[in-house]
Amino acid sequence: MKHTISVLLQNKPGVLSRVTGLFSGRGFNIESLSVAETLEPSISCLTLVTRGDEAIIEQITKQLHKLIDVIKVTDVGDSEYVEREMVLIRVKAEAQTRAEVLRVIDIFRGKVVDVSPKSYAVEVTGSASKVQAIIDILKPIGIQEIVRTGTIAMARASKK
Amino acid sequence: MEKISGSQAIIRCLQEEGVKIIFGFPGGAVIDLFDALMDSDITNVLVRHEQGAVHAADGLARVTGEVGVALLTSGPGATNGVTAIATAYMDSIPMVILTGQVPTPLIGNDAFQEVDIVGITRPCTKHNYLVKDVKDLVPTLREAFHIARTGRPGPVLVDLPKDIVAKMVDFTEKKPIRMQTYQPTYEPHPGQIEKACKKIIKAKNPVLYVGGGVILSNANEELTELARKLNIPVTMTLMGLGGFPGSDPLSMGMLGMHGSYAANMAVANSDLLIAVGARFDDRVTGRLDAFAPHATIIHIDIDPTSISKNVKVDIPIVADCKHALTAMNTWFNNASDFNRDQVAASHEPWRATIDEWTKKHPMSYHSEGEIIKPQYVVEMLDKLTNGDAIITTEVGQNQMWAAQFYKFNKPRQWATSGGLGTMGYGLPAAIGAKMAFPDKTVIDVAGDGSIQMNIQELATARQYKTPVKIAILNNNYLGMVRQWQELFYNKRYAGTVMEVTPDFVLLAKAYGAVGLRATKTSEVEAVIKEALATDNTVIMDFVIAREECVFPMVPAGKATTEMLLV
Repeated sequence: MKHTISVLLQNKPGVLSRVTGLFSGRGFNIESLSVAETLEPSISCLTLVTRGDEAIIEQITKQLHKLIDVIKVTDVGDSEYVEREMVLIRVKAEAQTRAEVLRVIDIFRGKVVDVSPKSYAVEVTGSASKVQAIIDILKPIGIQEIVRTGTIAMARASKK
Repeated sequence: MEKISGSQAIIRCLQEEGVKIIFGFPGGAVIDLFDALMDSDITNVLVRHEQGAVHAADGLARVTGEVGVALLTSGPGATNGVTAIATAYMDSIPMVILTGQVPTPLIGNDAFQEVDIVGITRPCTKHNYLVKDVKDLVPTLREAFHIARTGRPGPVLVDLPKDIVAKMVDFTEKKPIRMQTYQPTYEPHPGQIEKACKKIIKAKNPVLYVGGGVILSNANEELTELARKLNIPVTMTLMGLGGFPGSDPLSMGMLGMHGSYAANMAVANSDLLIAVGARFDDRVTGRLDAFAPHATIIHIDIDPTSISKNVKVDIPIVADCKHALTAMNTWFNNASDFNRDQVAASHEPWRATIDEWTKKHPMSYHSEGEIIKPQYVVEMLDKLTNGDAIITTEVGQNQMWAAQFYKFNKPRQWATSGGLGTMGYGLPAAIGAKMAFPDKTVIDVAGDGSIQMNIQELATARQYKTPVKIAILNNNYLGMVRQWQELFYNKRYAGTVMEVTPDFVLLAKAYGAVGLRATKTSEVEAVIKEALATDNTVIMDFVIAREECVFPMVPAGKATTEMLLV
């Protein structure tokens, strides 16, 4: 099962390597990882996507929490949440495909962020599956380069 | 506010924490600290190898319960300490390791004797620090001691760049430490305690499975009270020996790979396993699906990651062992809806079954006349020290025989590398223990292989007049691996024959220590008596039955009931 785990940690040198070292040392996998400062500059928020059965996810959560620099660990999937990923795609766009590429971008509510005579650079955000979908659609046209951010996630606020 | 140098501030911090002895080895990056130590009341013990420094501090920590401290220089000094730091980490021993580091402007430049020791020790310390600003020096050291001794204890490393230590700093007053991100749970959840106690009342075949956590939290009395009150048989892990009196009729001795027949059978047939400060290590469980297959499992541990890591637990109790056991004893004392004597009496048939197992296969060995049996040597050590010595060990057969045949009746009289299994642990650990308790007899039970891994510490023992005794069970083999080769590798003794071994009697003399040798069973007692009566470091070289094996033995990957017996 895929799990999105959100970790609040001290924004100090070496903290990220404590997290990644924990994963490699204990044989847990990381599918994606994204980290940046929070409103409080001394605290970072790290979102990681991992896979495992219930016991493994329980160990991952506990082991993360055991790290001295970790403040809070949340398995985001325990409640309703929104997740987003961003991708930058450089796709081939020559005379016969330029219009088709633009149509696809429009369908995925993407943006062209760089133009050259033979290519577009496109920005798309959405769930990991939406990002994967546009990649799959553009692949036959000719993707020259992609950069993905990895998933970030946030629990939905209570509706009451 | 008072301005003092960084190195003086470090010493003040050590004094604040009650440190009396530290173990170290100097080098360019820590000269300032060594210099400042000369003017302090802290004994700075010069070892002969950095691994010895950290093991000695570890030995001191295990027998006293205090935080052990080692001081190493940068680069190779620090890396030489890594094995010993990992040893302490695996066994949850409270330690602070101070390492020198090159001056901050040189960090990252591949400077002379520079190594990223914080990076290297990240997976084998509870936490570690690189102090980059002298303002952080004192708070960091205080935090390091706090983290080392609280919660599940462990080693904490503080890396100290030379220029930081040389700077002047305000020595601020110590305030209680409160860390936002680190608050171990000491008190058990009352609901879980009640659930556990109610299960215990109903159990027909309960077993207490006791690990090192009971020693670390000084919970031996509370555990003994619980076991005796309700008549529950007890088995201990290698780390838990002494947590319950080994001579008590309720004690089944050690369990696991080289545990007693009765202990392994009892766990396999129990309907309730009460794990206290133990972590279901593979050397304890054997094949996991066959471990305590009929039992409901209660698990008390201060570290939540230990719970349900290897074995699914039914009633988890995250708490300090002492607090949890106290809460359980209180519950049993106050609960009115059950008859304690009746519950205790209801376990009699179970105890009778266990006694049958013990009678059928007691911890034993075959005597062979004048050929010295290693088990006999350990039995004699036990007898001639009235079971009251501090025993350290190396790793391998010597360690298992010591664990099986010395009756540990008290906590903190046993120091052995359990989790990591570090050969070379015993001698430096014995030195640390002896320095903590100069009036106690301290014996390192060793093999001829592992004693050579830190034999240089004989000089330390001599320099500081630390008369530890070393009992070498000499079979001219790396015996435990040889045993596996005999049993599972068609007796192909690859790399286990010690074709050249020093003459340990002469070696002792070379260091100014005393060397004694026994080659016959009838000589063993006299040699031990003479060693104990000698006010000097003594090596006893016992030439033992060469191919003696440690039994019982659960082959790796087998169920614990599938024991090879004597």
